[in-house]
Amino acid sequence: MATVQESFPTQRAAILPRPKSTTGFWSWVTTVDHKRIGIMYAVTAIFFFLVGGIEALIIRLQLFSPDMNVVSADVFNQLFTMHGTTMVFLAVMPLSAAFFNYLLPLMLGARDVAFPRLNAFSYWLFLFGGIFINTGWFVNAAPAVGWFGYANLTSPAYTPGLATDFWNIGLQILGIGTLVSAFNFIVTIINMRAPGMTLMKMPVFAWTTLVTSFLIIFAFPSVTVGMILLTFDRLFNANFFEVAANADVVLWQHLFWIFGHPEVYILILPAMGIVSEVLPTFARKPLFGYSVMVFSTILIGFLGFAVWSHHMFTVGMGPVVNSIFSLATMAIAIPTGVKIFNWISTLWGGSIRFKAPLLFALGFVWMFMIGGLSGVMHSSAPSNAQQQDTYFVVAHFHYVLIGGAIFALFAGLYYWFPKVTGRLMNEKIGVVNFVLMFIGFNVTFFPMHFLGLMGMPRRIYTYDPALGLQFWNQVSTIGSFILAAGVAVYLYNLAVSLKKGELAGEDPWDARTLEWMLPNPPPVYNFARIPVVSARDEFWARKYEGAPAKEVAAGSEDEEDGIHLPGNSYFPIIMAGMITLFGYGLLYSGALAVAAIILTILSAMGWAFEGVGGTIIYPKGDAE
Amino acid sequence: MNHSGHVEYTATGMPNRKLAIWLFLASECMFFGALIATYLIYQGQSLVGPYPEDLFDIPLTTVSTFILLMSSLAMVLAVAAAQKEDLKQTRLWLAVTALMGLTFLGFQAYEYNHFIHAGLTLSVNLFGSTFYVMTGFHGAHVAIGVIWLSSLFAHTFRPVDPKRRALDIEIAGLYWHFVDIVWIVIFTVVYLLGVGG
Repeated sequence: MATVQESFPTQRAAILPRPKSTTGFWSWVTTVDHKRIGIMYAVTAIFFFLVGGIEALIIRLQLFSPDMNVVSADVFNQLFTMHGTTMVFLAVMPLSAAFFNYLLPLMLGARDVAFPRLNAFSYWLFLFGGIFINTGWFVNAAPAVGWFGYANLTSPAYTPGLATDFWNIGLQILGIGTLVSAFNFIVTIINMRAPGMTLMKMPVFAWTTLVTSFLIIFAFPSVTVGMILLTFDRLFNANFFEVAANADVVLWQHLFWIFGHPEVYILILPAMGIVSEVLPTFARKPLFGYSVMVFSTILIGFLGFAVWSHHMFTVGMGPVVNSIFSLATMAIAIPTGVKIFNWISTLWGGSIRFKAPLLFALGFVWMFMIGGLSGVMHSSAPSNAQQQDTYFVVAHFHYVLIGGAIFALFAGLYYWFPKVTGRLMNEKIGVVNFVLMFIGFNVTFFPMHFLGLMGMPRRIYTYDPALGLQFWNQVSTIGSFILAAGVAVYLYNLAVSLKKGELAGEDPWDARTLEWMLPNPPPVYNFARIPVVSARDEFWARKYEGAPAKEVAAGSEDEEDGIHLPGNSYFPIIMAGMITLFGYGLLYSGALAVAAIILTILSAMGWAFEGVGGTIIYPKGDAE
Repeated sequence: MNHSGHVEYTATGMPNRKLAIWLFLASECMFFGALIATYLIYQGQSLVGPYPEDLFDIPLTTVSTFILLMSSLAMVLAVAAAQKEDLKQTRLWLAVTALMGLTFLGFQAYEYNHFIHAGLTLSVNLFGSTFYVMTGFHGAHVAIGVIWLSSLFAHTFRPVDPKRRALDIEIAGLYWHFVDIVWIVIFTVVYLLGVGG
């Protein structure tokens, strides 16, 4: 597939010229290609996943037996705070974003996302925000207020110093990036589908991305406001969470959980989307109940906003409020249960191939179901009062987030690895990877159900030997190292397969959706000509059901002139850097903060007036 | 071949940027919703003065509210002129809109100055904290709008495809109207109902 390129004339001299290199370090720093950005998201997220995992291992070591002194109580607080914050915001969400980035345009038959530069901007805010939050480790001020940062633990009086500020402002930086990428994906999905791909012909992964993005744009502002109020409290002596001024600390809990509960679905819906792509491929059957799946996803999205107070049953909101939120929470089990049955029915009667992606997807269905069932137990306010703040809750959400989200993300990592690299992951090591993670995960977290029912509270750095909690804690710690070994095997497999993996060729899984019609890895412009979609599983329909292999020029009137690729740009990283600098300025120097604001506005203008740029590319050798 | 001029193909027919600004404004509803809700939750909870009824000057704020509302009319005229590709009128109404926005900000600066001299600071009570943060974020939105409109005004002196320019101005207009509507809510809920009730 030889290509001819010519550079695209810029309209006028800009502040900074469009970067020209297409290979090497700077081409990655300035890239706006959704595939490269997706890879960068994945690599960074896996790095933070390892950081969060190491934090978890230290936590488990400290709890191995009573009165251990692996870390002090203070460091323990820092560890569980950063473990939660890292896993939610720096590992699972960006790993989902990696899939959104890489796959959505390919699945929809598009050339890129709607706003390629904004996409790069989101990535850099994620990286810089992650660094910002973790800065605390290096200046002896790691956050220790829990990932939920309840007021008034976050007041200057109770957490003096910069630790809470790193957490608070770092999350706001991350939040901007997340919001921007959510706008970008919604526009991409609504506006950039290939001709013929109606909403009800989209892959389910595109649907879950759409609903996730809507959850983000409506949920994030609430916690952003909470964090802004906290910023004013901490830096400018406002009174939002100061009890002495008659403030109500429960306000924080509401602002946080109005975001925090939809956040749970922001973490799990992309995982459900991945599983809904993997299961049909390896069962060689269409997804069972596609429409019901779509409407369940939407329903989960709606109900997700109506249940936040179930995180606050013990706050004392009264029986009426508690009952309403109990019922709404139980109602969510219905669309979720429907999905479980749909996945099982997809497998029913299929000619199943037990490859690594399918193993992880099956692990997801089973483990997520266990986490879902303990979730229904929490939904009843009276029983919740028994479980609140015990290890039973820890067991529950790790079943949903590891057994659910992480297993599904690993299914995706195995399934789309050949799409990204052109090579297959080693299958045998993949099975070992799955078995170790599956066993390790259950040995770690199932005993936490018992510990919780025995009354072990969350977030304590040690426990008394007379409480009889030692045995299950030791089992759990051993399990966590088996789980870690499983992750290590994944990294080994990644290294081996990247170098020596079997070449994937085209369509290694006999897959169903548009992205597999492209070579592995896809060319920079994705589709030389845009496919016209006539079926839900378009690729499958073309292969086996005689669907017409129609395609069109890219919808642009000047196709004869080649494909216009957007130009690389320095501005996404510069603007993200300036916003991060503003964060540091708030903590260290007012002058720096003011300078950063001015530089942010200037880089926004540079961005706006950068000109079109880019190259025109002429794919050769395609079927006419 | 004029890439900067061609209208991109979209599945809905709505330009990507216009759809994006609508989504952004939807998200902003939640943002200001949370700020205004915080104000209302803390209304009447301050332990020490000054209180709203000591400070609010309804006639004065009515004037600044009226100016901001009228700026939306000027914005509509700017969009209409841009769509008719009438460059002179576009410039005129963009400038008028931005100036009215600046006037509103001037009123706000006067009000803040007056309130601070009367003892209402960010730290003195819950009213001070909630009032300044809520109206401050609205004022920051107006200020960004003024910078945006000024940039578009400067941009009218460059050769740009008129259809693209009309879209640029329409998108800024959507933002501007939204910021106005937020102020109508704040004025009604905080000023009118806050003092009367």
